[in-house]
Amino acid sequence: MSNKNLSEIDGLVHPELVGVEVVDESGGDISRGDVILKGALAAGAVYGTFMVGPFVRSAFAMGGGTSDVDILNFALTLEYLESTFYEEAMKKVKASGELKPLIKMLAGDEKQHVEALEGTIKKLGGKPVAKPTFNFEYSGTSGFLKLAETFENVGVGAYNGAAPAIKSKEVLAAAGSIVQVEARHAAAIALQNGMEPAPEAFDKALEEKEVLKDVEPFIA
Amino acid sequence: MPELDQRSSERSAVARLVKDPVSRRKFIAVGGGTGLAALLAACGGGGNSTTMVTNESKPMAEGMKSETEQFGKGDIGILNYALTLEYLETAFYEEVVKSGLFKGEELAVLKKFGSEEAQHVAALNSTVKKLGGKPATKPKSEFPLENAKSVAELAGTVENLGAAAYLGQAGNIESPEVLAAALSIHSVEARHAATLNTLLGMSITPTGAFAEAADVKTVLKSVEPFIVG
Repeated sequence: MSNKNLSEIDGLVHPELVGVEVVDESGGDISRGDVILKGALAAGAVYGTFMVGPFVRSAFAMGGGTSDVDILNFALTLEYLESTFYEEAMKKVKASGELKPLIKMLAGDEKQHVEALEGTIKKLGGKPVAKPTFNFEYSGTSGFLKLAETFENVGVGAYNGAAPAIKSKEVLAAAGSIVQVEARHAAAIALQNGMEPAPEAFDKALEEKEVLKDVEPFIA
Repeated sequence: MPELDQRSSERSAVARLVKDPVSRRKFIAVGGGTGLAALLAACGGGGNSTTMVTNESKPMAEGMKSETEQFGKGDIGILNYALTLEYLETAFYEEVVKSGLFKGEELAVLKKFGSEEAQHVAALNSTVKKLGGKPATKPKSEFPLENAKSVAELAGTVENLGAAAYLGQAGNIESPEVLAAALSIHSVEARHAATLNTLLGMSITPTGAFAEAADVKTVLKSVEPFIVG
């Protein structure tokens, strides 16, 4: 194990990050997962300091002994939440026009994500987490849309934050195919909400803690 | 009505466009979206498996690792491949903005997306350099800009293709930092694609609950008609 200055790593030099020390346990050989913090810092170096925060915090949360099953179970919890949310909304929200079929589509997509994640966790020899009991309080279409936008954007940030810590290429591709759909959902909901569908050129990665903070109020 | 005006100014141009059936119809007036349909067909159908990790997970098959070799080795090749696509997207939006085919809110949407693509170009360019590689050169391009409808369709095709192209490479990226960066761009391409699909009156998720990846060959074949010289 050696401590390296970030500026020495793979030529990824950024003045803001000189002096940031990261622990290199791999003898300088970058591989996915075990040196995720280093990767996160380097991503910040590449993309500018505005990106460093989320990446680094994500790295702390996801680094070390986090297995693919852990990450998939984390994702599964979010998909349970989204799936239940839209399932309920189909009955609860008096949607008209385009919104009605949109909610139905969202419910269907999230349900398929749940099933796919459960299947994948089992296939990897893991045990899918139990579905929590959720409690969504909102009123009217606007209350629904606001919450939906939060959940979809949290979903995108969560997958983007966790994905670099995924070890299996297959699991990574699967997560990628889901996060793209979450981003599409987020854009569609934003449009319904009168917000920018793609407010920034780069989507932020969220750390586990941030994600939990956003969703915990809805877990009974 | 100042209150209404204020509220309306808070909303994004694209959202207003989507909410306004009249301008939306003008933006599109699209029948089938054949270009996109053809593209998606080329990307392969299916995607109904309950387990995500199957032999069908083609994007990550070992043999495809060298697909981007023509753009450089390893991650540099993948980044240069992405850079080439981003160059094309940026040039496309620049031409569209200059074409005079769009005005007002439509124009604002296309400008916004174009500026985001330009930021992707800048980020990829500097990332390739920081990895010690030589950034791909900007291809000379030409796009058919006949009318608003065909251009809107082409924009949709290009964005869906871009999202599929990034997804196709995610599993091939070696370094976590490059992967994190690519992911942060990938989901923005997806947002663009879903927005344009909405404006075109098409499904925001044309391949259902799971997005499908496109391999390098498919992507390059699709953009080839727009590269000149």
